[in-house]
Amino acid sequence: MNGDSTDWRDDIWQALKRVGIAQVAYVPDAGHEKLIRAAHADPQIKTTVLTTEEEGVGLLAGADLGGERGVLLMQSSGVGNCVNAFSLLRTCGFPFLTLVTMRGEWAEFNPWQLPMGQATPDTFSRAGFLVYRVDRPADAGPTVAAALANAYDSQSANAVLLSQRLIGAKVF
Amino acid sequence: MLDRRKAVARLLSRRDDDLLVVSGLGSPTYDVAAAGDHPLSFYLWGAMGLAVPIGLGLALARPGNRILVVTGDGEMLMGMGSLATAGARRPANLAVCVLDNEAFGETGGQKSHTGLGTDLAAVALASGFAAATSAGNDGELEGAVDLLRHAAGPVLAVLKIGRDPVPRVLPERDGHVIRQRFRSALLQDAAMS
Repeated sequence: MNGDSTDWRDDIWQALKRVGIAQVAYVPDAGHEKLIRAAHADPQIKTTVLTTEEEGVGLLAGADLGGERGVLLMQSSGVGNCVNAFSLLRTCGFPFLTLVTMRGEWAEFNPWQLPMGQATPDTFSRAGFLVYRVDRPADAGPTVAAALANAYDSQSANAVLLSQRLIGAKVF
Repeated sequence: MLDRRKAVARLLSRRDDDLLVVSGLGSPTYDVAAAGDHPLSFYLWGAMGLAVPIGLGLALARPGNRILVVTGDGEMLMGMGSLATAGARRPANLAVCVLDNEAFGETGGQKSHTGLGTDLAAVALASGFAAATSAGNDGELEGAVDLLRHAAGPVLAVLKIGRDPVPRVLPERDGHVIRQRFRSALLQDAAMS
């Protein structure tokens, strides 16, 4: 993690809370660690750990059928796991937001991360998503707030990509 | 072996508005429709492997309702990890019915993993479900129906069904209509999200 390790993550959390997010589903990633901890600690939020990312697409569709809003947290390597699941969102018009921590794009040490990281923006676009990219800490909160409005006011599928430069390249 | 249409009709008999049904793509969707169309049935025509995740998200959102997922062995096998996810979350109001003909019935009847050794009731129990059972005759069906409709969840029942062809009963196919119809019936303020 680089710079001030708290601000932009707190901004994202506040944006989610402001619109009444009630369910958080995730496959863990170090970049999402703080959000995941905050979700588990919040008694008003039902937090579900998934075995694979596409479960989160179904889970949040089910939440919407029951009148609740949610968000899916995942890493770029999980986006490809969801491709057929995304057809559920488009075919039924489900509102949807996922926050994706990026790998394979900025000072990546692991070559296995490159193919899916590089394909992530196009994968979302082809699945009919609105795609946003956050490179600067100050943009994180407003971008998530805008994506939430597009998801829940305008009933669309949205992906916010939190860039590897923003999160800080992973080093072993 | 059970008759799939009679078994699903029995499972959904005397249905009230507290019961929310999610049906897996293919024959289970047709079986649920054949038992009587209902706005609180969310029919899947795709998204294979997501019937249980959808049921889980709905169960967490609506703790006062009973959520019944009716799906096939192939669909359940594709989403087998979701049994671990539901077992970890343990919603008391989630029930999963697997209509198991041990074959991929829509695609030529190729033998599925349940005909090659996988016991989905055992998988559910090993994943943290509160109870699970298998039923292959009318007497066992009554116990399975009681489990699925009334027992504290998450619960799963495998209904061993025959492979005889049954008439197709095709419900609404437009996903936007299925979603809006379901939400309008369940939620008073469902005009918009």
